[in-house]
Formats: sequence, C-alpha cells, structure tokens
Amino acid sequence: MNGYNFAYLDEQTKRMIRRSLLKAVAIPGHQIPFGSREMPLPYGWGTGGIQVTAAVLGADDTLKVIDQGADDTTNAVSIRRFFARTAGVATTTHTAEATIIQTRHRIPEEPLREDQIIVYQVPQPEPLSKLEPSRAETKRMHGLSEYGLMHVKLYEDITRYGHVSISYDYPVMVNGRYLMAPSPIPAFDNPKMDMMPALQLFGAGREKRLYAVPPYTKVASLDFDDHPFRTTRAPQVCGLCGSGVSYLDEVVTDDKGGRLFVCSDTDYCETRRAEGHAGTELAA
Amino acid sequence: MNDDTLLSARGLNLRFGAVTALDQVDCDLWPGEVLAIVGESGSGKTTLLNVLSGRMAPQSGVVWYRDPNGHLVDVHAMPAPALRALHRSDWGFVHQNPRDNLRMGVTAGGNVGERLMAQGSRHYGNIRAEAIAWLEQVEIDADRVDHLPRTFSGGMLQRLQIARTLVTHPRLVFMDEPTGGLDVSVQARLLDLIRSLVRRLGIAVVLVTHDLAVARLLAHRVMVMQRGVVVESGLTDQVLDDPQHPYTQLLVSSVLSA
Amino acid sequence: MIMLETENLSKNFLLHLQGGVRIDVLRGVDFSVQAGECVALTGPSGAGKTTLLRSLYGNYRAGGGAIRVRHEGAMVDIVTASPRLVVEVRDRTLGYVSQFLRVVPRVSALDIVADAARGVSTQQAHEMAAALLARLNIPARLHGLPPATFSGGEQQRINLARGFIGSHPILLLDEPTASLDNANRDIVIEMILEAKAAGKAVVGIFHDTFVRDAVANRIFNVLPLQDAA
Repeated sequence: MNGYNFAYLDEQTKRMIRRSLLKAVAIPGHQIPFGSREMPLPYGWGTGGIQVTAAVLGADDTLKVIDQGADDTTNAVSIRRFFARTAGVATTTHTAEATIIQTRHRIPEEPLREDQIIVYQVPQPEPLSKLEPSRAETKRMHGLSEYGLMHVKLYEDITRYGHVSISYDYPVMVNGRYLMAPSPIPAFDNPKMDMMPALQLFGAGREKRLYAVPPYTKVASLDFDDHPFRTTRAPQVCGLCGSGVSYLDEVVTDDKGGRLFVCSDTDYCETRRAEGHAGTELAA
Repeated sequence: MNDDTLLSARGLNLRFGAVTALDQVDCDLWPGEVLAIVGESGSGKTTLLNVLSGRMAPQSGVVWYRDPNGHLVDVHAMPAPALRALHRSDWGFVHQNPRDNLRMGVTAGGNVGERLMAQGSRHYGNIRAEAIAWLEQVEIDADRVDHLPRTFSGGMLQRLQIARTLVTHPRLVFMDEPTGGLDVSVQARLLDLIRSLVRRLGIAVVLVTHDLAVARLLAHRVMVMQRGVVVESGLTDQVLDDPQHPYTQLLVSSVLSA
Repeated sequence: MIMLETENLSKNFLLHLQGGVRIDVLRGVDFSVQAGECVALTGPSGAGKTTLLRSLYGNYRAGGGAIRVRHEGAMVDIVTASPRLVVEVRDRTLGYVSQFLRVVPRVSALDIVADAARGVSTQQAHEMAAALLARLNIPARLHGLPPATFSGGEQQRINLARGFIGSHPILLLDEPTASLDNANRDIVIEMILEAKAAGKAVVGIFHDTFVRDAVANRIFNVLPLQDAA
C-alpha cells in the first residue's frame, strides 16, 4: 500500500520492538516494557498483538488471525486484511499453513510446530494485578519470585468453591521462575503452552509490555498437590464435526431455548468436516 | 557479640533533621528472651524496632543477627531478597494495628496460611490443617477458619495476626504496641496468650510498649529510651521497682501501680 | 554449705524527683545462710528488712558489695551478674514469695501456680499445682478462677503455692503468713520445715513471732542506719 512502510510500522519502531522481544525470549515469562505506538484501532482490540506481529512479519510469511478461535469474526478479519494490505503477505485460515498466528483468547486445537510463531493479544500482562494494586510491589514480587500471594488466591477459591474458580487467564509459572498471565485463553488451553515447539510472543499495547515463552519451555499451571490443575470443557461433542475433545462454544439457536455446542476453533472444525466427520446437527 | 547472642546492635545512630531518633544505641538479645523497649512517644523506641528489624537503615552502627545455621549476618548489608525471606520465615512482626498486616479480604485460614505458601507449601489440606491448629493456639474457634477478618473483633484480629506471624515458627518476633488500642479486659487475655506462646515456643521478642505494666508482665529485660538515648536498662522488675535514672523514676511514678 | 552470702552490702535510694534526696538503707551488711537453714530477718519497721530481701533477689540494685548465690554449684554475684544470668538464677535457684500477688489478670489460680513449676510437663505441673492449692486449703472451685477477686489470705496462699512449686534451693519469703489464719499459718510452717529438711536455704521476714520461733534457726538483725550522714 502506497505511503506506508512494510507492515505499517516504521523500521525504527519495529527494531525497538524486536529488541524488546529478544530480551523477552531471553528471560522467559518476564515482562519487558516497550514503547507501544498508537495504532489505527482502539486499545483492547489487539494493539499489542498487532505491533508484535508487525515486528516479526516477513514478506514470505503466511498469517492467520483468530479471535475466540474463529477466523471469521470482525476483529480477526480486519487485522488479517490490515496486514494483507500493509505488508502484502499471504493470509490463511488453516492453522497448518500459517507461519505466524495472531490470536485473541484461544490456542488452535491443532498442535503448533517449530516453524510457527503464535502472537497473543494481552489486555493485562500482570498476573498479580488483581491481588496487589501496586506496580512497584508486583515488580519486587517478580524480582524475588515471591508468589505466595497467588497461591493465597487459589487457596481462597478452593475454600469458597471447592475448586479453583479461575476459568481463563489462569496463572502459569514459566520455566520455574516467572509467574505469567497467559492472556485470557481458557484454562483448557494452558497445557498446550507447556513445551510448545512454536515460539510464543505476548503483546499488551495499552500496558506497554511484551513477554515471551521460547520453544520447548516448561509452562506449569499453578495448583496444589492435593488439588491438581485440571482442564474442563463442556461435556457435549461438537454439533458440527462430532469432536469430543475440542473446546466448545455454546450457541443459542432460537428463542425457544434451543442451543448448540460447536468447536470454538473454526478451522479445526472445518478440517474435520472436510475429512468426513459429522456431528448430530449435520447428520440430522 | 557472644557466641549465643541472637541479635546484637552496636552504635546505632539516626537523626531526622534536628531530631535525634537514635543516639549510640547498643542492644543484645538472646534466644527465648523478651526485651521491652519503653519510653514516651517520640523517644525513639519504634525507630529502634524498625532499625533492629532492618525496615529502616541507621546512619551509622550495625545490627548483627545469627541465622538458623549459626552464621552472623549484618542485617543492613543483607541483599533485599534475603532480608525479605528472613522476615517471612525466621522473623515475625506484630503491628499495633492488625489491619496493617492482615489481608482483610482473605479468610482467616488464608491469612494464616500465606507465610506457609510463601515458603513453598503446596498442599491445600496440610496448609488448612496447620491454619486451624494455629487458630486454636490463639483461641479462635476452628469453625472461624473460613470467615473474613472483617467479622472479627479487635482482640480476635490481633490474635489472628499473631497466628499468621507464628505459623512459620519464627525464632524472633518484633512487636509494636501489640496490646495498644484494645479494651483493658481484651488486653489481659492477649497478654496472657502472648506470654504463654512465647514461653512455650521459646521465641525471642523485641517488644515496644509505652505501657510499663505490659513490660512487667511480658519482658525479662527492659530498655528505657528518652530522646533517642537508652538511659537505663536491666532486669524488668529491677528497673521498674528500683529505677536509677531520673527519667525512669519519672516514668514509673507517673503511672498507676500495676 | 553456704548457699547465699553478702559481703559489705549497701543500698541507698537516690530520689531525683525529690530534689536528689539520698536515703541510705543498708550499709556493710555481712550475712549468710546455709543449706537446710532458715534465717529470719528482724529489726524495727523501716530498718530495711524488705530492702535487704529484695536486694538479695536482685529486685533492688545493690549500691555496693557482693551478693553471692550458689547457682548450679558455683557462686554467682547477683550484684554484678548480667540480667540474663540473674533471670537464670531466679529460674533455677532463687525463689521469692512477695507480700503481694502480681499476675496477668484473667489467668486462673491453677495456671498461675502451674506456670511457676520447673522441669515438668504441663500436666504434671497442673497436678502439682492442684495438690499444693488443696494443701493450702484453696477449695477446688476456686482453682479455675483468676485470683483478682480472692481475699487477701487466699491471694497470699496462691503466692505461696507459686513460690514453693518451683522447689528452688534458696527461698526468700517476705511475710508469708501475714494475712493467714492459724490453721493455714501452721500449714505454711510445715511447708517451710519440710523445705529445710530437704536441704533448702530459707531467708524470711516473719512478723509473727510464733512462726519465726517455729522455723528460724537464726536471727539476723537489720538495724536502722543513723540519719544520712
């Protein structure tokens, strides 16, 4: 697109972001401040993720963008089109074909590979923010690896509800050192982060923080020995593809209480259907 | 510093502008010993407590602490992580206002268990059992374990703070007016509790109080401070019954006999 | 065997609040007590008997001289010993029964007495305390109550139980029978005689000559000093 640099951001800014990303990769799970730029979309719509994508995107990359697992939601569509126009890169909805996947709220069901990068959009990078309002204090807690307070939160949950009630953005320990917010992905996706072959990058535009998990890094969800971390999913199978293992969205289908459970990962669901799998809804 | 001293301070000085908070203060504490620092407001006793516990740095002087491995550490030369680790394990701090220490939005059990979790305890059942055992030690009913502190009375809050502090079996506890702000009858019960816990667990205590009766009931030794200077120190009953320094005589004669 | 001795002991009070008035109470006191012996301090009121007794315990800071106490086989000078050592001596060697009960409010009589026991389990301490209180005719229904509301005689007997339960080798008694009736007085006499028979050294102020004659081997007369020279 004329008048814009490749991938929208100027080279100096991309260089600055890459420097911060290198630092982030070198200290897995540690939040690195960066000079977040104004982007042509509002905070909360993925400004952090877009800047990270812009900084790592090359001309021969293939980009996939998902929002809540879906490739066809407004946010995903507009970000994908943004890079198609400002960088001219190829885009795809197929997880297997993508080299860079920018995501909000999900990790694709299909396991990622070493030659892929996943970029998470992060609203609140500080996992302790709800427990300790002072930034200075949370910084100190990270510095000294003092995470007892996070366990107090889990203790309180178990005491009150019999289990840990955090269902998304479930805090993780990265490489046994830093407590990290995995962004608002469902706790269901947490195990996918552990020892993932792909590079995981996180960008928080409003909070001006970047962090990363290098490939094959240990990512452990916090828990107690006698209350181990467990993922939960709706007990149904996908109405479209019949998957009994994928993360499901509940869709209200009419105003008479009709509802349908479908895969939140649209590409995964479509691929399965193309392979001949069918759920109750399609069979009917 | 003797072989068995737990805490030892030499030549502590600290001035705030024109005000002398500490003037060449020396102090020793042995394991299991309760030392009271008494004096009026502004005498420097709370400053001394803060300096001894590493919360405030002196302008000159040194504070030595013998860690559980028998090594002498210079409290003010310790790296921050080591000092913080000391504060949440081998040391405790009991504040006058329990709300300064407790997490009011966290259950009693969570408050007591926090130090255990900070030390790496990762078994919910054990943490909870330990919390309940400590609540009982401080005479709070076990069935209050899931209640929020805001439903507790002042005396209960103070006892909860003590349970939260002692759960890691500290060898040294700093107390700043622990019975201040409580009703007289509640004070008495708390004093008895502190006394028996300290005695039974062999905890060393540095206690700041303006209340000579509290010092008499809890402390083996007492240091009397006036304008940053230790004017008299010794056996508690000797200092209170046979005060030598004019200021101590004034302090003792100013209170109703306890 | 000498358990406690003083040498040239003096004591004065300097009252800063009264314009620095100096009151000399004791001067050149030489005094000793043997194991198994009871020495009664006598002298007119105000002569300094209680001051002497309190100085022996370290409650008053001696002005000069020495107070040597046989502590764990060695003589310790209370005048120069560190406060920490004095605490240890009091814990293991030197017992003291004052005229007045001074305790944490709201603690039961039984706990107050049991608290003073040494080297036994909590349960044993409570059993010993209950037995001692019973012997001193404190009815069982009072054992669980804080003594603040007790009569003078009852408080004194709590105090005595507290002093005797520790079984210290040296006992200092300040008017132990002052507020007791004859029956209880006789029990205290019995307890002091038992302590002597067990080899303990006792120093006491006994206002009551009947008690003094019953327990004391010797008299040590404390004379008032002439007006401050």
